[in-house]
Amino acid sequence: PCSEPANPCCSISYAYLVLDEAEGRFFSFWLVNHIVHNGGLYKRPFNEAFEETPMLVAVLTYVGYGVLTLFGYLRDFMRQWKIEKCQNATEREEQKDFVPLYQDFENFYTRNLYMRIRDSWNRPICSVPGAKVDMMERVSHDYNWTFTYTGRVIKDIINMGSYNYLGFAQKAGTCQEAAAKVLSQYGAGVCSTRQEMGNLDKHEELEKLVARFLGVESAMAYGMGFATNSMNIPALVGKGCLILSDELNHASLVLGARLSGATIRIFKHNNMQSLEKLLKDAIVHGQPRTRRPWKKILILVEGIYSMEGSIVRLPEVIALKKKYKSYLYLDEAHSIGALGPSGRGVVDYFGLNPEDVDIMMGTFTKSFGAAGGYIGGKKELIDYLRTYSHSAVYATSMSPPVVEQIITSVKCIMGEDGTTVGKARVQQLAENTRYFRRRLKEMGFIIYGNEDSPVVPLMLYMPAKIGAFGREMLKRNIGVVVVGFPATPIIESRARFCLSAAHTKEMLDRALKEIDEVGDLLQLKYSRHRLVPLLDRPFDETTYEETED
Amino acid sequence: MDIKHVKDYIYWLYYQYLLITCSYVLEPWERSMFHTITVTVFAMVVYTAYVFVPIHIRLAFEFFSQLFEGQPESTVS
Repeated sequence: PCSEPANPCCSISYAYLVLDEAEGRFFSFWLVNHIVHNGGLYKRPFNEAFEETPMLVAVLTYVGYGVLTLFGYLRDFMRQWKIEKCQNATEREEQKDFVPLYQDFENFYTRNLYMRIRDSWNRPICSVPGAKVDMMERVSHDYNWTFTYTGRVIKDIINMGSYNYLGFAQKAGTCQEAAAKVLSQYGAGVCSTRQEMGNLDKHEELEKLVARFLGVESAMAYGMGFATNSMNIPALVGKGCLILSDELNHASLVLGARLSGATIRIFKHNNMQSLEKLLKDAIVHGQPRTRRPWKKILILVEGIYSMEGSIVRLPEVIALKKKYKSYLYLDEAHSIGALGPSGRGVVDYFGLNPEDVDIMMGTFTKSFGAAGGYIGGKKELIDYLRTYSHSAVYATSMSPPVVEQIITSVKCIMGEDGTTVGKARVQQLAENTRYFRRRLKEMGFIIYGNEDSPVVPLMLYMPAKIGAFGREMLKRNIGVVVVGFPATPIIESRARFCLSAAHTKEMLDRALKEIDEVGDLLQLKYSRHRLVPLLDRPFDETTYEETED
Repeated sequence: MDIKHVKDYIYWLYYQYLLITCSYVLEPWERSMFHTITVTVFAMVVYTAYVFVPIHIRLAFEFFSQLFEGQPESTVS
């Protein structure tokens, strides 16, 4: 990385000539790549694409939602006039004249769409969520308001939904044996918080190991990943500080930012011009009324955004952070263990210095097969957090077998257990990612996100296809996670595949064959092989106006 | 064998119609209501087109040809 980031968003565009099969003619498109230019901020090509929604599909999606809304009104009318029994929560008769407890209209979407396709979510699994999983079969006789179990267990479903990136969710192996040994030694519960009597030697060992793994001075581990974000951001910033948060940040980051009481400003997703504009405005104008300088400016970004599959532009963010003297909080929930040649996350992926990121946060839930979160950084920061973080003071400490699972898996990834299993897993995940994404794109689906991200969102768009996709894939013994509103924008519903190092090529081939079949059955192959060039361009005066709208 | 292909294809088209209009998620009585309304509206559109469109086309054709006929040779040639 250059020391003088004069132009952090410089890029080279390449023109490609592609045959569009659908229309049978050649057309050209620009693929914007940040390749060695201007001091070499990026050491590798950054391929991210978000294909535009086809116009006809968008119109038909709105038509579908229109039909559902009309039928929703009809059913609500029937429920209110007691023509039909109301099966969701209502107040008792005596309380009808009081202030309403259940906000009826807000739950309109839940009552009238979510309930109809609810069988694709909350499916009960009954084995370890590895590459294959067993699921309890359930049926509903009243259109998903209640479920009953048939008693049958569907075995060996290929699991494309668990965040099992390195395949450590296993019930046999070194991690499991070590965890079982620690369980017989320490028991399962800790019965105290970290500050009182819950600080085990295992926790200290874990924190030293995590600090060494990340390349930072010191680290601290917490019992819950969501609580790590939401309880520690208030300890770091307060009133009079500014938080610049990405548009698509996770709910834990948003909650932590709101709880802190700082001013929050949002920049467009992964858009460095938008971020730079906000930084400049913040430094030039200061706080809103008093014009005093901000006490702290904190930039909140994630390593991999799990709904889009996009990777943060870390070299540019760090260049901007250094130029404007602000702090960076990087949430590596999905990218730790999953990116980078040695599995050390997005910092390793770009080849940057971990000391440039002020606060490195991550979770142990995804790649390490355990539960919990960590924060890494300078020693003074972590010592401060040990005293002032809500999680440290009030939350119960991590359970010892879980800590041992993390220790064993981190050692495995680093190669310190004497085998090359960790390295093999990281490489297998990278290969699986590239293969899976390439094959899906060739089939003609619209896939969002970066080429190297193991989170693969496949666009569905229409609400009926959300339920249909989930059910058809389960019929073919493949478990997928489908996502709709409100986790995504209303017309951009998607199916999200999470790849794993535990998936063999045969499993991926079988999954791809079934996805191909279901894609033809449901007509999901919307792609017209036209990539929208990324919004960033060489920085000039006109880019300000375009980010205004 | 061909009949089976045709029947499967028609069923597949019906499935696409159900998915696009979101009647796939509706309960059976709602689906019947929706089909009735759709078929009625579609039938009305077809009937209106059948009755009125040829007449309008003929009138438009007469209007434009009369416009061109009505112009004598005084147009600059």
